[in-house]
Amino acid sequence: MDQTKQEPYVSYLEHKGKYTGIRSWIFTLDHKRIGLLYMYAIMVLFFVGAIMGLLMRIELLKPGETIMKPQTYNGLFTVHGIIMIFMVVIPGLSVVFGNFFLPILIGAKDVAFPKLNRFSWWVYIAGCILAILSQFLKNGPPDTGWSFYAPYSTTTGTNVIMATFAAFVLGFSSILTGLNFIVTIHQMRAPGMKFMNMPLFSWAIYATAWTQLLATPIVGITLLMLIAERLFGIGFFNPNLGGDPVLFQHLFWIYSHPAVYIMILPALGVITEIIPTFCQKKIYGYKAIAFSSLAIAGVGFLVWGHHMFTSGMSNQARWFFSLLTFLVAVPSAIKVFNWLATMYKGSIDLKPPFLYALSFIFLFTIGGTTGLLLGSVATNVQVHDTAFVVAHFHYIIFGGMGFAFFGAIHYWLPKMYGRMYNFKRATIAWAIIFVGFNLLYFPQFILGIEGVPRRYFDYLPQFQPLEVISSVGGFILITGLIMMVYNLVQGARKGEIAPANPWHGSTLEWQIPSPPSLENFDEAPVVKSNPYDYE
Amino acid sequence: MTEKATHIEAHADDEAKKLGMWLFIFTELLLFGGLFLVYSVFRAKYPANFHEGSLELSVTIGAINTIVLLVSSMTIAMSLTAIQKNNRKLAMTLISVTLFLATVFLFNKVFEWGAKFEHGLYPGSKLMPMLERGDLLYFSLYFFMTGLHALHIIVGMVLLTICLFKVKSGNVNSKKYIHLENGALYWHLVDLIWIFLFPLLYLIT
Repeated sequence: MDQTKQEPYVSYLEHKGKYTGIRSWIFTLDHKRIGLLYMYAIMVLFFVGAIMGLLMRIELLKPGETIMKPQTYNGLFTVHGIIMIFMVVIPGLSVVFGNFFLPILIGAKDVAFPKLNRFSWWVYIAGCILAILSQFLKNGPPDTGWSFYAPYSTTTGTNVIMATFAAFVLGFSSILTGLNFIVTIHQMRAPGMKFMNMPLFSWAIYATAWTQLLATPIVGITLLMLIAERLFGIGFFNPNLGGDPVLFQHLFWIYSHPAVYIMILPALGVITEIIPTFCQKKIYGYKAIAFSSLAIAGVGFLVWGHHMFTSGMSNQARWFFSLLTFLVAVPSAIKVFNWLATMYKGSIDLKPPFLYALSFIFLFTIGGTTGLLLGSVATNVQVHDTAFVVAHFHYIIFGGMGFAFFGAIHYWLPKMYGRMYNFKRATIAWAIIFVGFNLLYFPQFILGIEGVPRRYFDYLPQFQPLEVISSVGGFILITGLIMMVYNLVQGARKGEIAPANPWHGSTLEWQIPSPPSLENFDEAPVVKSNPYDYE
Repeated sequence: MTEKATHIEAHADDEAKKLGMWLFIFTELLLFGGLFLVYSVFRAKYPANFHEGSLELSVTIGAINTIVLLVSSMTIAMSLTAIQKNNRKLAMTLISVTLFLATVFLFNKVFEWGAKFEHGLYPGSKLMPMLERGDLLYFSLYFFMTGLHALHIIVGMVLLTICLFKVKSGNVNSKKYIHLENGALYWHLVDLIWIFLFPLLYLIT
C-alpha cells in the first residue's frame, strides 16, 4: 500500500469519532472500547460479590448467629452466586479479552458484527440491572441458591421471577457474543491466517463460543418454564402438580455444566498465550492444545449428570456420567503437560503474568483432581453438598478462571493502555492473593470431608478452628486484591510508557503500537506460519 | 495480497451475515429442543392422558395451519428468487402474501385458543389444577409450545415487514438481498418448528 495514504497514528483511546465524552463509550462500536467497558463492569461486580463472600465468612467466624439472620445468609449466598456466576465468570475472559484481543490476534479490524457486539453489551447491562433490582424489591432477595432448584424455587415468596429473568437476559447476551465470535473467526481472519496459524487463545474462544451458542438456549427455556410455572401454576417441575423436580435439575445442568467450560476454556487459552511468551519458546504441541479445547467443549456437554448422583438416577446412568467425567479430565491434562513441556529448557522470566500462570497451573490441578473425587460415584455420595464441593469449584473458578483473568490483565495491560504497572507491587500483591486464596479455600476441603454441609449459616463448635483459618484467609485475599487493583489502576493511569512489545511476544497484538489504533492494523497483516516462532 | 484483502472484505459481509443467521437458528432449535425433551419425558410418564389430550385438539385446524405455513414458506422463497431476478414488484407481492398467510395462521390460533379459554382451559384458570396431572401437563405444554411458537411467528412477521420496506426503498435489490435471505431463513425455521409441533401435539394419539 502507498505510504502517503496512511493516516497518522491515533490510539483508540484518543480517537475522535461521531460522539464525544461519555457517549463515545456508550455508543462505541469499537471492540476494544467495548472490551474495556465489560472489564470495568466485571471488576465492580466482582468486588460486590467478593464483599458478600466476606460477609458470609464473618458470619462463620463462630457457631450460631454472628452478624446476620439465617434468611439474610440464604439471600447472600444466592446473590453472591448469581453475581459471580452469571455476571462475572461466565462472560468474564471471553467478553473482556475475547472482545479486545480476538480480532487483533487474527489480524482483523473488528468483530464481524460491531453493532451486534454493542447490542450484547447493552443487553448484558440490562441483565445486570434486573439482577441487582431483584435484590432490593419488596419480597426480598431470592434464597434458592444460584441454581434455582425446583420445587423450592416454584414456591418461595422471594424475587425468583426477576432473578431468573435476569439470568435469561444475560444468557441472551452470552449467545449473541458467542455467535459474533464464531462468525469473526470464520470470516475475518487476515490473509494467510489459517485455522492452524491462529494463536491458541482464539482456538479457546472458538470452542467457548460454540458452547455458549448451543448450551445457553437450554437454560433459557428452562428458566422460562420456571417463570411460567410461578406465574400460571402449570407444574412442569412441581411434583404436587405432576411435574418432576429432577427434570429441572437435568435441564439446568445440561447448560450449567457446559457453562463451567465457558468459564474455564478462555482461561486455559490465556495461560497458553502467557507461557510461550515468558519462556521465549515455541508452544509445545500446538495441535494437541487446539483440539483439546474442542474436545473439552464437546465432552463437556455429556457430563452434566455428575451433579445429580444423589438426586435419583439409575446406576447405569451414574456409571456413564462418571466415566465421561473422567474422560473430560484427559484433554485438560493434555494442556497441563503441554505447558510444562513448553517451559522445559525455556528462558523463563518470572514476571507477574507468568507468576499468575504458574499459580493457575497449581490451583487448577488441585481443583481438577478434587473434581475427579466428585466425579467418581462412591466418593461423591460421601461429600455431596458439603464444603468440599465449595472448595473444589472455587479452586476451579477462582483459582482457575480468576487467576487467569488477573494474569491476562497483567499480560495485556501495557497493550490496552500503553502504560506499565509497578512490577514489585504486582509481585507482592500476587503473593498475598495466592496465600490468602489457599488459606481461605483449602480448609474447606477438610471441613467437607468431615461432613460440614454447604450453604449452612451455622456449624458444630469443633469445626471452629478451620472456619476461622478460612475467614482469615478471606481477609488476606481481599487485601491482596485491593492492592492488585490499586497497582493496575495506577499503572494504567500514570505508569511508565510501555513499549509496543514489552514481553517480546510473537503474536500479532505485539506487532502493532500500544495502545492500538482504531482499526488495529494500517493494512491487513499477512501471516505465513505458526504464531509462536521464537528462534 | 492487497487484491485478496479487498476481495475478502467485499464478500465477508454477506457471507458473515448468513452464517450469523444460521448460528442463530441453531440456538432457536435448541430452545425448542429443550421443550421437546420435556414433552417426551411427560409423554412417557402419562401416555394415557396425552392420548386423551390430543383427541381434544382439532386435527382439521392444525392441518389447515400446517398447509398455510408451508405455502407461506414457499411464497417467501419465491420472493427471494423474484428479487434475484430483479422483479421488485413481484417480490413485494410475494412478501405481502407471506405476511397475509402468517396472519391467517395467527387468526386460526386465536380461534383455537379462544375455544379452550371458553371452556376454562387455560394456564392459571380455576379448572386446570382440578384436572388429572397428566392432562394438566399436556395442556400446559400445549399452551407453552404453541404460545412460544406464535411469538416466533410475530417476530418473523416483524422481520419480513422490515424486509418489505427495504425492498420498497430499494435497499434490498437484485445485487444485495442478504436481509431478505436471512428473513426467509428465519421464516423457514418458524415453519420447521411447527412441522414438529403439529405431529407431537395433534397427530400422535
